[in-house]
Amino acid sequence: MRETTPVHTRKVLRDRGVQLLIYASVLLISTVFIWILADLVRGGLAHLSWEFLMESPRDAGRTGGIASILVSTLLILLVAVLTAVPIAWTTAILLAEFIAVDSAFGKAVRFSLHVLAGVPSIVFGLFGNAFFSIYLGLGFSILSGGLTLACMLLPILASTAEAGLRTVPNAYRMSASALGLTRTATLVHLILPAAAPVLAAGLLLGIGRALAETAALLFTSGYVDRMPDSLLDSGRALALHIFDLSMNVPGGDMPAYASALVLVSLLLCINILAMKFAYGLQRRKIRT
Amino acid sequence: MNSSQCTDKSDTFTLGPLEAGPVCCDPQPAIQVRNLSLLYDGKAALDKVTLDIFQGCITALIGPSGCGKTSFLSAINRLTDLIPGCHVTGKILVHNQDIHHPDTHAQTLRRQVGMVFQKPTPFPLSIRRNLSLPLNEHGITQKTEVAAITEHVLRDVGLWDEVHDRLDASALSLSGGQQQRLCIARALALKPQILLMDEPCSALDPLASGIVEDLICRLRGRYTIVIVTHNLAQARRIANYAAFFWVSGRAGQLIEFGRCQHIFESPSHELTAAYVNGVRG
Repeated sequence: MRETTPVHTRKVLRDRGVQLLIYASVLLISTVFIWILADLVRGGLAHLSWEFLMESPRDAGRTGGIASILVSTLLILLVAVLTAVPIAWTTAILLAEFIAVDSAFGKAVRFSLHVLAGVPSIVFGLFGNAFFSIYLGLGFSILSGGLTLACMLLPILASTAEAGLRTVPNAYRMSASALGLTRTATLVHLILPAAAPVLAAGLLLGIGRALAETAALLFTSGYVDRMPDSLLDSGRALALHIFDLSMNVPGGDMPAYASALVLVSLLLCINILAMKFAYGLQRRKIRT
Repeated sequence: MNSSQCTDKSDTFTLGPLEAGPVCCDPQPAIQVRNLSLLYDGKAALDKVTLDIFQGCITALIGPSGCGKTSFLSAINRLTDLIPGCHVTGKILVHNQDIHHPDTHAQTLRRQVGMVFQKPTPFPLSIRRNLSLPLNEHGITQKTEVAAITEHVLRDVGLWDEVHDRLDASALSLSGGQQQRLCIARALALKPQILLMDEPCSALDPLASGIVEDLICRLRGRYTIVIVTHNLAQARRIANYAAFFWVSGRAGQLIEFGRCQHIFESPSHELTAAYVNGVRG
């Protein structure tokens, strides 16, 4: 049975139009991503080598590699994640599991998290400089930088974790409680594993932000490109290195491209790892 | 019908002899509810319910939606504690122990009083882990013991033959009826004396519903069962006692309680008669 009334034709056309629009936007986003990636590969791959990863920068980064930069970056990231994750996730657990959604306290905490999430990173940098570097006397150090980044990560991690915990059906809590399980047991055995993919996604988002952070680290971890001896040493993060090479160092384009390629590859790896991890955790929980 | 032996007092619903048991059996109350009222954010959902539930019997709670049957059920194992804004007054004795007494732990109480929900709620874990998790949490950690209980309860609910070779598969891969039986098995694994069931068959197809119903009948005598059901035919088939709830004003009230036959065939209250005959409700 075929209908070919004008109304019907119009409906079909509109349907096609919407489909086309959806496909076009997907294509556009993928194109932008692939373009950036291709540009980085084109510009950076020639300069990228084992030595580039294993040597420390010389001549303001024009020659040599990025070994010390990588170490600093990872140390800053480690400090930030290790500090932020416990605080953020316990906050999320409190908000989602232990207090009512509409309680004044919950609302206040949520509001401050939203405000924190909107604060520009340069402001975090100034705060970190004033508080960690000067007031606490940590100076320009990896520790200052990491702690500043932790402050930036808090709202992202806490909000995503809370959202993740809220997606876990209430029926699990009810039936676990009806079986005489304590709240802690329910949380550890049921709710956290069920929310793990969202927690991992939030962590990723946070690590992505932290890896790409430049402004907040400028005033806190500094830009000394030596290999750091301890957490109290100044260290230059990868994003800052790229910024410095492309802005302040004439002839630094090639290493800047290569560093950017390394940064994006790192982000990709972390993405893939975290997804695999979340998936594996879910499977393991079902198996055991 | 020996309704003359029912000693209906004006405000307390008490018993007659066990329908199915021998004459010597004197029904013992397993749960004694006295003046139970329940408020959600100050609004009454249940008003002064007084009722005895007898050991080893199946008691069906019937009545229209929103008359407080589920609230009544969750008050017995204090699941109402989890609902924000829910306030319970009155007294509930489970095996002569006040459940609101400061010495009564909710976890211990809920181990004695199992509960099965309307929608099957298996955890997103393996079939085996669904059963072992609550056991482990209650201190039963020995592998052989856990395995023995697992097999025992799965056989009890008639699931063993269907799943014994895939205990490590996800519980979510089971069909709706199987999931509900797993949930019953999970509740039974903790060896409760009382089983609360909130419309355990309503989310299942007729076939699965029949299987679960037969299972509930088999549990009679070993467990004290309180079951909420909208299916009057089912209540009539399986229950020894029936309690009829009705909304009067805004709060639910217990209108009539008695032996199932009595409630369905010669109810004393005209509301009950109207409801069970399908005139109202």
